[in-house]
Amino acid sequence: MPEILQYDFMRNALIAGLLASIACGIVGAYVVTKKMVFISGGIAHAAFGGIGLGYLLGISPVLGALFFTTTAGLGMGLITRRTKLPEDTAIGILWAMGMALGVIFIGLSPGYAPDLFSYLFGNILTVPPSDLLLMLVLDVVIVGITFILYKEFLALSFDEEFSTVIGVPVEALYLLLLGMIALTIVLLIRVVGNILVIALLTIPAALARQFTYNLKKVMLLAILFGALFTFGGLWLSYIFDLASGATIIMLSGTVMMVSFGLSRIRKQPGRAKEITKVKS
Amino acid sequence: MGKVMTVAENPELVKLEDVWVYRESVAVLEGINLTIKPRDFLGIIGPNGGGKTTLLKVMLGLINPDRGRVLITGKPPAKARDIIGYIPQHSLFDRDFPINVWDVVLMGRYGRAGLFRGYGEHDRNAAEQALRDVSMLELRSRQVGLLSGGEQQRVFIARALVGEPKLLLLDEPTASVDVNTQAEFYELLEKLKERMSIVLVSHDIGAVSIYVDDIGCLNRRLFYHGTKQIDAETLEKTYGCPIHLVDHHHNIISGEPGKG
Repeated sequence: MPEILQYDFMRNALIAGLLASIACGIVGAYVVTKKMVFISGGIAHAAFGGIGLGYLLGISPVLGALFFTTTAGLGMGLITRRTKLPEDTAIGILWAMGMALGVIFIGLSPGYAPDLFSYLFGNILTVPPSDLLLMLVLDVVIVGITFILYKEFLALSFDEEFSTVIGVPVEALYLLLLGMIALTIVLLIRVVGNILVIALLTIPAALARQFTYNLKKVMLLAILFGALFTFGGLWLSYIFDLASGATIIMLSGTVMMVSFGLSRIRKQPGRAKEITKVKS
Repeated sequence: MGKVMTVAENPELVKLEDVWVYRESVAVLEGINLTIKPRDFLGIIGPNGGGKTTLLKVMLGLINPDRGRVLITGKPPAKARDIIGYIPQHSLFDRDFPINVWDVVLMGRYGRAGLFRGYGEHDRNAAEQALRDVSMLELRSRQVGLLSGGEQQRVFIARALVGEPKLLLLDEPTASVDVNTQAEFYELLEKLKERMSIVLVSHDIGAVSIYVDDIGCLNRRLFYHGTKQIDAETLEKTYGCPIHLVDHHHNIISGEPGKG
């Protein structure tokens, strides 16, 4: 692998993969434990509207995506909390509207939309240094918030009703969590694209959960797995000349399924033993 | 006892005045009036769907009444959360959630620790004491989902006690535990009522009537005389059908509540 490190774009790609893994490990742990996968998928797809807006206004599509993901995230959160519209319905509507806006904006933009495919499916090899800086800043924000509000997020994820009773500002924190998901999605768009984002947000954390019952360790393991998947996927895509984002996802998904299959075989008797021991 | 009155020792710990709650324009609670004083132990019985959980949620500030007033130590419930301990009916938590006993109990200290502040020495001591009170200290590092039903319930009791509440609200606390655990549980409540007021809702008349000091019957309306005596007429009004009463010693009344 050393010879591929001679290239600047490859070094940038590895840094991008690492920065993305930090965010997706931490936020992914909440997405998976609090069962927010569907709403995260909705936010990720709504990002396409922002990418389109970026093309239309001639600004960076990543900035447009940042605006759209935060707006969509907060919108979905507020609608599901404050109206009687069922959560999945609200998510489905905003999901589709975001994508529809993206198509309209791109249609209105003069000329051809370059790199559009890389926003949809990612291209970690074309991440510019300026985006690396943005990713670093977003990572610092996410790590900082999680550090300061760890016990609040833990309470919120475990038992929302009890959290309300003990005075945790549940709604504000839930919206903040959606905001962090929105940031993470923006961060991951360059790596795997907005369509495939949901896989990197869920797979490393879901895999980590199979190995530990400690949320902090879930986060650290998920960061590790995320980095291994991005590096491994990148390497495989280089060897076999495949699309990098899609290869990263296929590698993650395959490892997840194999591990899940093995854990079913491995865990079942052990777990049953544990339960009988507790009961006796 | 000759104690100095503090805010927490307000003679009216809980005061509900003409509280009405509607769900989809159907009344769930109708004109509830209730006063709870320090160290009261009140059992509220009534049929399923009679509004027992709703009544607790009104006191917790989770449901705002459509009419009437709720005051906890003279304040709205949302402002009095640091004095309330709550044990929900069946904690519907994800059994695979990555959290251990210790962290669940510490969570109950949130009201004392507050936003942005970590749990300190004081909180950890309180958590240790609460776990010792329910004999669960040895299992402090076990993941909560791996505990038996009775053990989980004890953890949730510890979580409610660790905040040193003045008012403990319990929703069907013995619904999912076996008879031995139930007996232990009521013995624990006997001890706890020395230092806090307890409100316990249940559809299990027999068990409740042995331990509590006062009984109220709730079926949208609250029939409450401030005594443990309940007569056949009150029960009939509550359950909407005649209830067979058996009078044991100590004026204990038991019967088969009409389900549904």
